[in-house]
Amino acid sequence: MVLLVPACVAALFALLPLGYLAVRALERGPAFAWEVVADERTLDLLGRSLGLTAVVVAACVILGVSLAWLTVRTALPGARVWSVAATLPLAVPSYVAAFAWLSAEPDLAGFGGAALALTLVSFPYVLLPVAAALRGIDPAQEEAARSLGHGPLRTFLRVTLPQLRPAAGGGALLVALYVLSDFGAVSLMRYDTFTRAIHTSYRASFDRTPAAALSVVLVVMTVALVAAEARTRGRAGHARTGGGTARPAAPVPLGRWKPLALLWCGAVVAVAVAFPLGTLGYWLTVGSSATWDLGGLTETAWATLGVAAAGAALTTALALPVGVIAARHRGRGARLLEQAAYAGHALPGITVALSLVFFAVRYAYPLYQRLPLLVCAYAVLFLPVAVAATRAAVLQAPPVLEDVARSLGRRPWQVLREVTVPLAAPGVTAGAALTFVVCMKELPATLLLRPTGMDTLATRLWTETGAGSFAAAAPYAAALILLAAVPSYLLGRHRT
Amino acid sequence: MRRPLAGRITALLAAGLLLPALAACGSGDDTDTDASGSGDGGDAALVIYSGRNEKLVKPILDKLEKAVGADVEVRYGDSAELAAQILEEGDRTKAGLFFSQDAGALGALSKEGMLAKLPQATLDKVDQAYRSGEGDWVGLSGRVRVIAYNPDEVAADEVPDSVHDVVEPEWKDKVGFAPTNASFQAFVTGMRVLEGDDATRKWLEDLKANGAKTYANNLATLDAVEAGEVSLGLVNHYYWYERVAEKGEDEVDARLHFLPGKDPGALINVAGAGVLADNGEQSATARKAVDYLLSEEAQTYFADRTKEYPLAAGVTSTVEGLPPLESLESPDIDLGKLESLQETLAMLQDVGLV
Repeated sequence: MVLLVPACVAALFALLPLGYLAVRALERGPAFAWEVVADERTLDLLGRSLGLTAVVVAACVILGVSLAWLTVRTALPGARVWSVAATLPLAVPSYVAAFAWLSAEPDLAGFGGAALALTLVSFPYVLLPVAAALRGIDPAQEEAARSLGHGPLRTFLRVTLPQLRPAAGGGALLVALYVLSDFGAVSLMRYDTFTRAIHTSYRASFDRTPAAALSVVLVVMTVALVAAEARTRGRAGHARTGGGTARPAAPVPLGRWKPLALLWCGAVVAVAVAFPLGTLGYWLTVGSSATWDLGGLTETAWATLGVAAAGAALTTALALPVGVIAARHRGRGARLLEQAAYAGHALPGITVALSLVFFAVRYAYPLYQRLPLLVCAYAVLFLPVAVAATRAAVLQAPPVLEDVARSLGRRPWQVLREVTVPLAAPGVTAGAALTFVVCMKELPATLLLRPTGMDTLATRLWTETGAGSFAAAAPYAAALILLAAVPSYLLGRHRT
Repeated sequence: MRRPLAGRITALLAAGLLLPALAACGSGDDTDTDASGSGDGGDAALVIYSGRNEKLVKPILDKLEKAVGADVEVRYGDSAELAAQILEEGDRTKAGLFFSQDAGALGALSKEGMLAKLPQATLDKVDQAYRSGEGDWVGLSGRVRVIAYNPDEVAADEVPDSVHDVVEPEWKDKVGFAPTNASFQAFVTGMRVLEGDDATRKWLEDLKANGAKTYANNLATLDAVEAGEVSLGLVNHYYWYERVAEKGEDEVDARLHFLPGKDPGALINVAGAGVLADNGEQSATARKAVDYLLSEEAQTYFADRTKEYPLAAGVTSTVEGLPPLESLESPDIDLGKLESLQETLAMLQDVGLV
């Protein structure tokens, strides 16, 4: 199996933080680690984290599915514009969104504010795969349902929605893991979650053992979530060949619902895109500390683009074998492989960064505090984003074509190169673009692992806000959002 | 429809990838380079891990480079995270000097034996109260806990003289503080040292029961006082002076109250520096750097730029309206004893404040 070796390399890579956590958590014996974990506060944090995750995921699914359906399948005026606009929130870092809301409405702090900020930056994780799936679905089944007398709503619920479940489930999983690992929004909104407790633990005691023990709980939660998502997938297969051609579905007329649909799209875009951008504009115009250091800004922007591109490239390369195996094989081994790839994703960036410090200092010292290590950190952190995209893309490529290629005497790697990869390419590139965006926004691992003296837009943003000069931070935030908007825009226009 | 998009994104990725990836591969191969980035390879180059914000300290660290006569590379980050990073790096740390925002992070490194003893002459420049009992780090600038108040909400002479008063019913729902902030936690640790665990726990419980509002940090707390969201805020003094320097005193509504009578709420904490042990080549330069940071030039810089108290003997603050350090009636406490942060955290967690 040509894919197995690279896939295992990717999985081992993603398991690095786990090895580190085991070493650190057990440093003072299992009894101490258990004492940390068995504290009643752990249960409380668990409840708070899961509660926030559930609310954000539910909201993201509602926003993501409704917007995807409206923009892809209905006669919504300006559908393409809306679909691009609805992808742009991806470009907004959670800490910027949280800050924008807090500065406008301090009372938002707490559960509500955290849920709001996280929902508004992460619903495109659901929107994108669902929109792609909607375009890939054969409209014939829906037409059949309609011809049997089902109304549009009933058809959507009974026929379309079940087919969207894998895409929405995969997106929801990414959202859930994002919420579990987020530090920026929850810390600004002062809502205590596991990740925030892990940060507090580092901060207050400089002690890595309790933080590691708590992180292990996060990993367990990740595995449970990934397993739960795998269950919801069921046996759904999406590929089709023969018996008709995939063609665009006829747009559903909205009729008297049109104003309401437009209002819905407009409201989402206003709060998720226009509002944070407006806030930045406001800081820029009123703040006395605003300075346009164009040279510094350009240099930082280039560095950011460079590391994010490298991170996206490595992540995509590592995700490819894992994604193909996850899509094509149902065995326990394939499942474990996929779950391993998700291991690092729910962990706070600081934990992943410290684990790479630990390994690099011991086993790869020449690479320490150099770009390759930072790029590796991005891969560990964001592998699932690329795996999910790859897996979905391969699932939509008919396995029959691979069988045909094999029957024509092609070797496995030739099948991969000549059939699977070309068919999955658009989805894989979309995954790469998504990874690119999340790499650009990453902060804690970048702070610890970047080469000394190197800055990204996110670290500059951190520096400026750390000194309390929000206006000076605004150009960096604006640049970050604008640059991340380019791949987001392409994703929004993505047509498979 | 497929190709153009895939092509565009691939081109975008490839274009961005080319430069740094090539650079990365190139530099990753030659294993013997010691310093990263700019390729300046002098053995005595000093690497400073700075938990202090770049905006605040870069100018003085630029001058430090000339003063110590060696290349200086500065790695900026969060004090606690950099301390964790140094602990993770162990004796292979790249850092020669750790410049920390608070005594706690220095104490953590000291406890693990990561810091080298400083020469007595260096230590003697700073009052014993503001340096390590072990002689392995010194405070460079002082920061005092104060109560910020909004004059529209509370008259100057009604502001409490003790943090014990803010848990009284008259301040119900009117107090803001930042429980996750290192300075607040250091203050609670100080209270534990001064008044014992039981009294401190009671105070925290009363504070919570009294509806005190929590904020992410001192700045957010000060903002809340400005906005009248709370009447009193437990903060560090320099945030207010920095804001006044930025906006002008007329534009800032909040005022500060320095607590009298050695109240635990008037604790003076420090930002400081320590030289990493086991980092032979850098150590001499790092010691010179500490001496420079205690020089009149550097100390005056801290006074002017960050509005903190200079700690080197003979240098006084230049900030208008700032009470002299000697006039403050802060509690007598060994800053080395503020290392028991872990117990403070446990207590804050128990009470449900963090």
